[in-house]
Amino acid sequence: MKFGKVGIALALVLVFAAGAFAADTVKIGVFLPLTGQMGFGGQLELDGIKMAHKEAPTVLGKKVELIVVDNKSDKVEAANAVKRLIEKDKVVAIIGTYGSSLAMAGGEISEKAGIPQLGTSCTNPLVTQGKKYIFRTCFIDPFQGAGAATYAFQKMKAKNAAILIDVSQDYSVGLANFFEKSFTKMGGKIVAKLNYNSGDQDFTAQLTEIISKKPDVLFIPSYFAEGAIIMKQVGELGGQFKIMGGDAMDNPEIVKIGGKAVEGFAYTTFPYDPTMKDMSPIAKKFTENWKKGFPGKEPNVNAALGYDSYMLILDAIKRAGKADPKLIRDKLEATKNFPGVTGSTTMNATHDAEKPVGIMMIQNGKRVFVDVIEPKL
Amino acid sequence: MSLDMFVQHLFNALTLGSLYGLIAIGYTMVYGILRLINFAHGDIFMLGAYFVFFGVTLTKLPWGIAVVLAVALSALCGVVIDRIAYRPLRDAPRISALISAIGVSFFIENLGLVVFTGLPKPVYRPDWLVEIISIGNIRVLPLAIIVPAIAFALVMGLLWIVYKTKPGLAMRSISKDIETTRLMGVSVDKIIALTFGLGSALAAASGIMWALRYPQIHPFMGVFPGFKAFIAAVLGGIGSIQGAMIGGMLLGLIEIMAVAFFPALSGYRDAFAFILLIVILLMKPTGLMGEKLEEKV
Repeated sequence: MKFGKVGIALALVLVFAAGAFAADTVKIGVFLPLTGQMGFGGQLELDGIKMAHKEAPTVLGKKVELIVVDNKSDKVEAANAVKRLIEKDKVVAIIGTYGSSLAMAGGEISEKAGIPQLGTSCTNPLVTQGKKYIFRTCFIDPFQGAGAATYAFQKMKAKNAAILIDVSQDYSVGLANFFEKSFTKMGGKIVAKLNYNSGDQDFTAQLTEIISKKPDVLFIPSYFAEGAIIMKQVGELGGQFKIMGGDAMDNPEIVKIGGKAVEGFAYTTFPYDPTMKDMSPIAKKFTENWKKGFPGKEPNVNAALGYDSYMLILDAIKRAGKADPKLIRDKLEATKNFPGVTGSTTMNATHDAEKPVGIMMIQNGKRVFVDVIEPKL
Repeated sequence: MSLDMFVQHLFNALTLGSLYGLIAIGYTMVYGILRLINFAHGDIFMLGAYFVFFGVTLTKLPWGIAVVLAVALSALCGVVIDRIAYRPLRDAPRISALISAIGVSFFIENLGLVVFTGLPKPVYRPDWLVEIISIGNIRVLPLAIIVPAIAFALVMGLLWIVYKTKPGLAMRSISKDIETTRLMGVSVDKIIALTFGLGSALAAASGIMWALRYPQIHPFMGVFPGFKAFIAAVLGGIGSIQGAMIGGMLLGLIEIMAVAFFPALSGYRDAFAFILLIVILLMKPTGLMGEKLEEKV
């Protein structure tokens, strides 16, 4: 009997030891909001990451182990999650997260510990600002302004543009600056640049001025509450130009509120949508595999960004040749033209992804994904 | 600036100004009688617009009937608010009623956020109100003519009530001295309830007009117009009904013309409005049409 017990204990020790040796895996941490107000987006991103893991389960001949922690859409939980991944699980890199505030809370910890963190869909410029170890797979908000300018100049053939800016929103000012820079660099002219404040509902004075300058296109990097009303007033005042905006205008209600006034309105967004035409082979494969893996659930851009984040980290590890956090960081920083579902990605000096921008348009009262373009910076 | 453009700006200013004036009338009436700045005014304004929205979308009422019902319902809300939040404080210091009004305002806004959700809702507009009239290069909404007309009619109606009817006499009397009025056998609470009912009906009417002009409603839609109308009321001389209309028009004109003549400063549109307020108050502390406040003994 005695021998039996010892035998079992010995066997257990052996099993654990074997486990420990076989644990020659590469551990990648994932922290996402799986519950709480951002749970919906976080879950889709996790699905994308898991799908990528299934397709590429090994790197450098070792198994990749995903360790997933829910940050519960909470800043404190996000910081704790990252701490746990680094101290307890000893991961070499971290993917996450949805939600800029969560990414910032977690980023502080990764930065201090020197573990590279790759954001999925946190678009606030502050997330990577001044950070050595923090990156993201998505572009920052203002980047869209360059996309809109490129589309206006190249596809709409606009030469003269007007901008109407919400001066009380960083988002709006940022997009407008990128738009102006890109549009004038390509040879276009900004004929009018007017401002308003969040909460305004009367834009007739600004629009009368803009109409008198006869622009070909009006860029309104506004939030939804003002955007639809602006377009309505453009119609009432007889403006004949095209109108463009940013992703904050993406809302199903836009057609109900704007009616005929929003017909032809084009706005920028992430460069992936399951309804897009002319998908790249990678996007096509992603969409097909997703539909097999998750029947009854539409893929979206969050899923695609999750997928791309995992693949990008794996690629960086491959290029590093060793699962070492410092080396992975260096290789992430050197990322150039990495092909992903959301287009060819290049890491810029501020660790934000530069990649194509998607263009949506209201056509016949429906939101349609019409184009993907390479922004001219 | 071409003449066409200037005239277009004038029409824009007329529409905006008369809307401000319309809201300001309700503010000024309640203030004139009770010396209470009813901060919930902008929220009744919002409720009025939502009542029409629900009347048209949920119960499929014809638009005209929905409007009448919405105004009546809002008047009722005003009376209920007075009964719950202001009447118990009638003898308390004036600041208490003011705080209570701010509380009511926050309550209605946040209740609206829960019940109506924060997502902006589209507004139904009868075609005859929005069929654009083009005169050369100038484009005018019928609303731009109808709103000032309605505002004018309401001012006349209110002046008639306040100066020519018995309840009006009681209202004026309350504004001078509430205790003595009570001693004269006037049912003060009923008259005050009536005042709030009228004020809220006016708020609802202006909310509905506003929603026709800017066809998108949300629970905080009353906040900014409310502030602006308050400025208009103070400009015109708070307590003066004609003054509110004039103050509203002036405010609208200044906001629009500031952008028209200084496009580069368009972000400071509201600042112009507030600077104007300060300047006028410095020169004429009781506002343009304001009567001198007599010290009460």
